[in-house]
This record gives sequence, structure tokens and C-alpha cells, in this order.
Amino acid sequence: MALKMKHIEKGLMIALLIIGGLLMMVPFIWMIGSSFKPENEFTVIPPTLFPSHPTFSNYRDLFLKMDFMIYLKNTLIIVLCSFVGLFLNAMAGYAFAKFDFPGKNKFFYIILATMMIPGQVTMIPTYLIINQLHLVNTMAGIVLPGLVGAFAIFLFRQFMTTIPIDLLEAARLDGAGELRIFFQLMVPIVKPVFAVQGILTFIGAWNSFLWPLIIANDERLYTLSVGLSLLKGQYGTEFGLQMAGAAFMVVPIIIIFIFFQKHIIEGYTISGIK
Amino acid sequence: MSSFVKQWHKNKYPYMFIAPAVILLTLFSIIPIIIALVISFTDMDLVGLADYSNISSAGFANYINIFKDPIFLKSMYNTLIYVVIGVPLVVLASMGVALLLNYGTSWLFKSFRVIYYMPSITNIVAVAVVWGYLYNGSYGLFNYILSIFGLPAQQWLQDPTLAKLSLILLAFWKSIGLNMIIFLAALQGIPRSYYEAAEIDGATGWKKLRYITVPLLGFATFFVTITTLIGWIQFFEEPLVMTKGGPLNATMSMALFIYNNGFQLSKFGYAAAGSFVLFIIIIIVTLIQFAVKKKEVEY
Repeated sequence: MALKMKHIEKGLMIALLIIGGLLMMVPFIWMIGSSFKPENEFTVIPPTLFPSHPTFSNYRDLFLKMDFMIYLKNTLIIVLCSFVGLFLNAMAGYAFAKFDFPGKNKFFYIILATMMIPGQVTMIPTYLIINQLHLVNTMAGIVLPGLVGAFAIFLFRQFMTTIPIDLLEAARLDGAGELRIFFQLMVPIVKPVFAVQGILTFIGAWNSFLWPLIIANDERLYTLSVGLSLLKGQYGTEFGLQMAGAAFMVVPIIIIFIFFQKHIIEGYTISGIK
Repeated sequence: MSSFVKQWHKNKYPYMFIAPAVILLTLFSIIPIIIALVISFTDMDLVGLADYSNISSAGFANYINIFKDPIFLKSMYNTLIYVVIGVPLVVLASMGVALLLNYGTSWLFKSFRVIYYMPSITNIVAVAVVWGYLYNGSYGLFNYILSIFGLPAQQWLQDPTLAKLSLILLAFWKSIGLNMIIFLAALQGIPRSYYEAAEIDGATGWKKLRYITVPLLGFATFFVTITTLIGWIQFFEEPLVMTKGGPLNATMSMALFIYNNGFQLSKFGYAAAGSFVLFIIIIIVTLIQFAVKKKEVEY
């Protein structure tokens, strides 16, 4: 009897999970289905989830009517720069974890303090600073303010503190330079943190919207999401084109996420949030 | 001087390693907060940006005027609505989803974990495009579903009250994933033996949930509540991309008000004052949270 109850309970949970999951999926299914619809199918009542005459023309138009190739290139540049930032975070985390130097704690607290400052407070002054440095409407102006992050530095430091110092001393005795020790010894050891931070950095950079929108004045510097918002404004009634643009942004990130999702969940365990 | 050189040689490497991060964070986080504080007491605008000699002190005028600004007061009210409805909804739903996902370990549960997480990695502009179409008054899916049940079509984003709720629904959908993962990590840290002991004592499913799981999720709940709360106080991207604060400022949030004044109207000083009001609210709310947390029983 009790066993039967347990089976019913489990069945109920699975049913709830599936219903909820399907509801979460609706916007994605709607987006992908619609991106293959020809324009005249959008005004059909009742709306169809999947196109009756599927077409690739919406995707083709992304590159013909809009400069999605340029937006893609800019987005990939930002992604690459953000990976450089990832190494800068790791280096800082390494110094805080494995070196003793005057002012170490003060610097670390300053870095932690930056986590508490809301983006709305720094947004305007950061723009003024970028303006003063004559970096408005440049790639550097888009990339630099978000290049390093306190949370990532903190995570690297936490993880690196657990690595025995003997390992580093041995390498130093063998005459390895400090940079070499970092890149050839530390980086491979902290691979799990790099995996989590790498994918989160990638997602963040790929999706970056607000700061490029503020800094980029001409289309040559637009990212995919700024381009998509331009498309939304210019072709407000062409739903097919908009849906294809959205799918073009979302599908790659989902594929990458599915490949690496295991690491993200492990990452939260590493960071000790439990 | 020579001792400085000696110090430098000894500590050259750690300083080199932290230098890029410290310089960038100082330049784009520490200095900006000082600048924000200073310009919040000035009348800085586009004219001031072109030539700094045109900036003059405004005393507390920005802070006084902002509390007389009907749009700012409206944005405070809207933000309160967002927080009061959004935060409990997100915390409870993400805990519920995590409990469901923790029920089994088969491929089914693993794939649904991915599905529930997907919205939170989805780009906000893409979200706006897709949801804008879902909410479309004439051709949208939501109104079609209503029509199946014989209900009248709704103006999801044009009706002042409904527009707020529509944005909350969208943000809710987007924020379950990340919080659900935090709860899931916490659930996986609860030892099986606790449940086994309770089962020997004859505890049923509900009692186990009530007396073991929920109390042991205490820290995760605290963490999720505080980050969700801070996030919703800064509610910004959803109204920016979906409604631009309209109709009639019905969806205007405090953060969007600051952005609009700073970057659309170029009232930098005024916007900076607004951002400090927001910052102070966040600090107060966080302190209250920590005070409440301290009173709770530790397990």
C-alpha cells in the first residue's frame, strides 16, 4: 500500500515537472517554429505553432537586409576579449591566494566591495570616464569596463587557496619563472573553475546588450543583440525576420549550454553555495 | 627609496598579477562611485559634458526635486509592486522546481533541469522579440488561447495594470533557472541518512519536506531571497526592451528612470542623485534581511 502511494506520488511529480517544463518551452518552440514561417502566415487565425510552408528566407534576409555578419563578428570579438579578462581574473586570484605582499588584504577588500555597487550608480560616471578617455564609439570602450569581475577573482582565489604551496616551491626550485608557473602549473589545476567561469563569461559576452548600446554610435560596432533591437525597431511588422534574428542569437548559446551544463551545476558546488 | 626598490623586487610578481584587475576595477567601479556622488550635487548635463566649466553646484536640489518628480514617485511605486509580487513568486517557484528535479536522477530529470535553466541564458532582446509576439493583441498566442476558452482578448502590454503583470511574468520565466540551480546544489548536499532516520520514525513525505528539507535549505533560501530582492529592486532590462516604461509610465522602474534621465535626457546630475536613492534603498533592504536572518534559529 505504502509502495503504491509512493509510485503515485512519483508519477504526480513527473507529471508536474513535464507540464511546467513544456510551459517553459513555449516561447522557444514558438520562436523556432515562427522563424521558418513566410510572412503571410503570421496573420493566420488560428496561429500555427509550426509553419505549413517552411522557408529559410527569413534567415537569408538577416544577412541581406541587415548586417548580421558584422554584428556576429563584433560579438565574437567581445567574446574573445572577455576570455582575456578571464585570465586577468585568474592571475589576480592567484596572487591573492598564493603570495604575501604589503597591502594584500586592502586590495582584496576593495575588489570585494565593488561587488556591492549597483550597475545603475556606476553606469553614468563610467560613460563620462570613457568619454574623457575618447573611447566612446570604440571597441575598447565597449570591452574595458566589464573586462574583470570581482566575483570571478573571488572564485579563483577560493579554489587556488586549497592548492598546496609545496607544488609551487618545487617548480621554483626547478627554476621555472613565475609566469610559467602560472600558465603551465596553476591554469591546468584550476580547470574546473575555468570551465564554469568560461561558459558564464561566454554567455555574458554573447548576450552583452546595454553597454554596447550606450557606447556604440554607429552600426559598424553593433553587437548581435544591439542589431536585433535595431531590427525590432526598423522591421517591427516583419515577425518572421525578427524571429529568425532571435533564433540566431539564442540557438547557439543553448547548444553550447547543453554541452557544458554539467560544469555549471558543479560550479555552484565549488563556490560553496549550499 | 632603496627599500622601496627592494620591496618592489621582492613583490614584483604578485603586484604584476593583480595590477590589471585592480586598475580596471578602480577605474570603472571605485572612481565612478565617487564621481556619481560628486555630480549628484551638481547640475551636470550635456552642456557640462562639453565644457566642465559650465557645471555648477546644485546643493541638495537634485535630491529634493527628485522626490517631487511625479514620474520618479511613480517609478518607486511600480518598483514596489514588482518586488512584492515578483520576489515571493520566484523564490517559491524555484524552490518547488528544484524539489521536483531532485526527485529522481534519470535522464528525464536531467533533461528537464536543462529546460528549466534555458530561459535564464537567453538574450534579453531575443526574449523581448519573442514575448512581444506572444503578447501581440491581434496575432499573439496568448490571446488565441484565451479565445479558445471564450475569453475576451487582452491588451497585454498596453493596459497600465496588465502591462506590469506581463513584465513580471516574463521576468519570472527568465529567473527561475539560476535560482533553481542554487536550490538544487543545496538539496544535493543534504545527507540521505537524515531522511532514512526520519522514515524509521515514520515520517511521511510532507513531514520530511516540512521538518528536514525546508529548514536545511535555510542558507540557500536566504541567498536566493537576497539576490532576487536586490535584482528586482534594480528591475531594468525587461521594461527597457518591452515597453520603454510605458504606457503612461505604468511600467517605469527606478532603474529605468535613472537610465532615461542619464542617457535619453542627458541630465547626468539628476540621474546620479536617483541612482544614490536606489543604492541607499538596496543597502537598507539588505541590512534588514541580515537582521531578520540573525534572529532565525541555526540548524
